[in-house]
Amino acid sequence: MTVSALEVDGLRVEFGRLPNAVQAVQRVSFSVDVGETVAIVGESGSGKSVTGLAIMGLIDPPGRITEGHLRLAGKPLTGMSESEYRRVRGRDLAMVFQDPLSALNPVQRVGDQIAEAARVHGASRASARARAFEMLEHVGVTPTARRARAYPHELSGGMRQRVMLAMALVNRPQVLIADEPTTALDVTTQAQILELLGELQRQMGLALVIVSHDLGVVASVADRVLVMYAGRIVEEGPAERVFATAGHPYTRGLLASVPRADDARPVLAAISGNPPDPSALPSGCAFHPRCHLAEQQCRGRRPELQVLGEGQRAACHFADEVSVGARSS
Amino acid sequence: MSMRVGDESGRARAEGIDPTLLPPHPVGTPQDGGEWRVAWRRFRHHTMAMAGLGFLVVTLLACFVGVHFAQDPNQIADLLATQQPPFPPSSAHWFGTDVLGRDMLSRVLHGGQISLKVAFGVAILTTIIGVIIGALAGFYRGWLDGLLMRFTDLWIALPALPFLAVAVSIGTIDLGPLGSLDLGGPLGITLLLSCLLWGSIARVVRGATLALREREFVDAARAIGASNTRIITRHVIPNCLGPIIVNATLVVAEAILVETTLSFLGFGIQPPTPSWGNLLSDSIGTFEDWWWLTVFPGLAIFLTVLAINFVGDGLRDAFDPRRRVRA
Repeated sequence: MTVSALEVDGLRVEFGRLPNAVQAVQRVSFSVDVGETVAIVGESGSGKSVTGLAIMGLIDPPGRITEGHLRLAGKPLTGMSESEYRRVRGRDLAMVFQDPLSALNPVQRVGDQIAEAARVHGASRASARARAFEMLEHVGVTPTARRARAYPHELSGGMRQRVMLAMALVNRPQVLIADEPTTALDVTTQAQILELLGELQRQMGLALVIVSHDLGVVASVADRVLVMYAGRIVEEGPAERVFATAGHPYTRGLLASVPRADDARPVLAAISGNPPDPSALPSGCAFHPRCHLAEQQCRGRRPELQVLGEGQRAACHFADEVSVGARSS
Repeated sequence: MSMRVGDESGRARAEGIDPTLLPPHPVGTPQDGGEWRVAWRRFRHHTMAMAGLGFLVVTLLACFVGVHFAQDPNQIADLLATQQPPFPPSSAHWFGTDVLGRDMLSRVLHGGQISLKVAFGVAILTTIIGVIIGALAGFYRGWLDGLLMRFTDLWIALPALPFLAVAVSIGTIDLGPLGSLDLGGPLGITLLLSCLLWGSIARVVRGATLALREREFVDAARAIGASNTRIITRHVIPNCLGPIIVNATLVVAEAILVETTLSFLGFGIQPPTPSWGNLLSDSIGTFEDWWWLTVFPGLAIFLTVLAINFVGDGLRDAFDPRRRVRA
């Protein structure tokens, strides 16, 4: 069996001190193969962004990883010293942020920022510059020489996100984590960036993790989908299966709240209520207060992930029935 | 009239629109340069700041270049002549002479050299100390922040004049292999004033750093594997240059005032080396008879400090992010 590019095993991230520690992420496990795209989906506060940051080793105190293992191409990341981690970051493991305007240094020319990513990992000034130009060309920011001299505020949103991609990919990493890569962009630009992302992934054999709340984005790029709720994975599986036969009412709710072109519904469905306060999670299944299918046992016992076939698993007591549509309102 | 396509002012003339009403460049084109050019463009529109800058340039030129064409500041009048000094302003002595017949213009310019050297020296030193301490405190927070900021408070809380008076009265101290340092000389005064004035810059930089370290581009820099040192020097400090420059300007003004106060009280630069402060102190009690002895050094101090404050004001506006829309 080949080694996955990225393995996350039983990850738990806590913020704050015991006994009031908040569990931001609990028992999250997944792996991403070379050339594969895994999407992590969920509402704000579901722990999806924290998962991304935890993989990068960028959880700031008082947050910390309290359990679990991270492996990059079989090599353990957890337990690395900060300076060892720094050598991996940006070289083997890269990240693209949500809002490229705030993720780029406003007073540094974009070419220099891309070159800096190469410089940090030992490239000479000249070769860093050459690679920055090459990357800019690669992500379609042309004319390269002129754009490289621009400051972030002089570029359009799409251009800025391309610059972010160039910066993340200049060292040819194995794994790219894209945290809401298109959320700050307008719809037409979103499509272009997603297309570019897919292209770059094929060319470079990237293992790609996309963190998003936008199921439209996820549907167009992901091979596999992880749905997170209140810090846990509540459903996972191949994208087409999750979209077709979701086994968790929360996934169903998310899908129902996406507008579609062929929509005949007069109003969009919304999931009632709000995501739970992570410091006071409901008993049993964390979703039960918002779930219209909830029964007595949902309050008492937390459902484990159960296999629904073909790599699909869902954490619902009634997953079998939900996935075939036998249970719905 | 020839007219190129896309020539905004040409189109404006053709359509009878005042070309000055049009934006100089379409917003957001790569030609509009960085933060710096934007700030300079805004600064240029600040009339008082430009006037202040102009005055400062003239003053600096006069003190450091023009002074070579002025008379010897220590040349005293012929004590056996019928007419005895001080002489009022005349074509021979534009600012008059002092009681010994020394040319006041030359003395004001030489005094300005000392006062301005001290002031700019203080601004540079305080900026270096303040930026390092402020950036470290704001970036690392925690106990280091507490320690550095209490240390800063300590220096800010020092009563300036008694501290300086005591320090200057120590006189020359022996620094072993480094030679000796006269605490009452220009270098000594520069160091002493720097000790007193770096606190405000440290606080400003700390505040800016606290805000900047939460910005996403700092996370992005960490995500490419940048070290803390690199993040501080490449990403944090360059982003607080605006407040740093504004503060440094104000320190120049403050240093001139403190230095003149000190010299006026007799603790600062000692005669015969002229400084704006000791020129003023020499003129005590003479205003009614010999007004020029007070007015010219006084005006030099007043106008220079005013000009620097205008420049500081202009810089503050030019770097103010809330006015970015008007760029």
